[in-house]
Amino acid sequence: MSENNEIEVMQSVYDKNDEVASKINAELTKKGIYAINVMGAPGAGKTSTLIQITKRLKSITPYVIEGDIEADFDTKTLLSLGVKTIQINTNGACHLDSPLIDKAVNDLNVDSGVLFIENIGNLVCPAEFMIGEHAKMLISPVTEGSDKPYKYPLAFEKADIIILNKCDLIPYIDFDEEFFMKGVRALNKTAPVIKVSCKTEEGFDEVISWIMEKIQK
Amino acid sequence: MHEYPITKRIIEIADEYAIKNNAKEVKRINLVVGDYCGYVSSSIELYFDIIAEGSLCQKATLNIERVKPMLKCTSCNTLFERQAFSFTCPVCGGDGAPTDIGKEFYIKSIEV
Repeated sequence: MSENNEIEVMQSVYDKNDEVASKINAELTKKGIYAINVMGAPGAGKTSTLIQITKRLKSITPYVIEGDIEADFDTKTLLSLGVKTIQINTNGACHLDSPLIDKAVNDLNVDSGVLFIENIGNLVCPAEFMIGEHAKMLISPVTEGSDKPYKYPLAFEKADIIILNKCDLIPYIDFDEEFFMKGVRALNKTAPVIKVSCKTEEGFDEVISWIMEKIQK
Repeated sequence: MHEYPITKRIIEIADEYAIKNNAKEVKRINLVVGDYCGYVSSSIELYFDIIAEGSLCQKATLNIERVKPMLKCTSCNTLFERQAFSFTCPVCGGDGAPTDIGKEFYIKSIEV
């Protein structure tokens, strides 16, 4: 039996995606766009958070790329509020990848401002894929439970900012904030955790400050 | 299906290297897949033969080396495997921090 000839490869399977992601990132930076990859489980409040943020951005133009498996409810809502938004439907894929974003950025025709890429509702896969963003924003509502950092460590580890949403519901549920924060800080020493409520509209000043600080850098 | 595009990419890379090295077929693909990389080894194996049909990899076997995720203790530097719902170091009780061990997803080599 002849022996096999082994050829060294040492190549990441994400290589193509990461290459396109770097290209997108460079192009966006050149145009003066700060891109934020908005992640969170379905119903976490990603779109609601974007509505609160975009209405508070004074001198900065917001753009949104909406990712969903199907439908365009969120795009219609944002467009009705005057936000330049474009929809991507993956028709099955559970996360956005960089070739999809490459096309969407070109279609959106962005020019200086903040680009929010609302990823598919999913606490697992989006954290693994670079899509050209400058920062990752994780929306984690208190209704999800305080054990999520332990169960979905990658999403919490990769986040640059964590929005703790639906805080108005804390009196009605069992959310152990200490346990939650212990999990978050074991994985992520630096991401600010900002308590908000899209319902009462509280907490967003701090989110806007963080965005403005990032843009200025 | 989540594993489809990534399995396709594995086959593309393997085919590329085979062609570059004048090989007519790929006999084995040696993959390193960390448990935290988001792809389930068994799912890649399940669909590999179907997706490899028509490529230089159509008769290839997949050899997947799995890597268990490890945390690093911020107090005593021990590398350890996590227990559920905890990041605590089993040696000194300190806080474990994430490492890149367990997030690997690359083709180590092909055999032709």
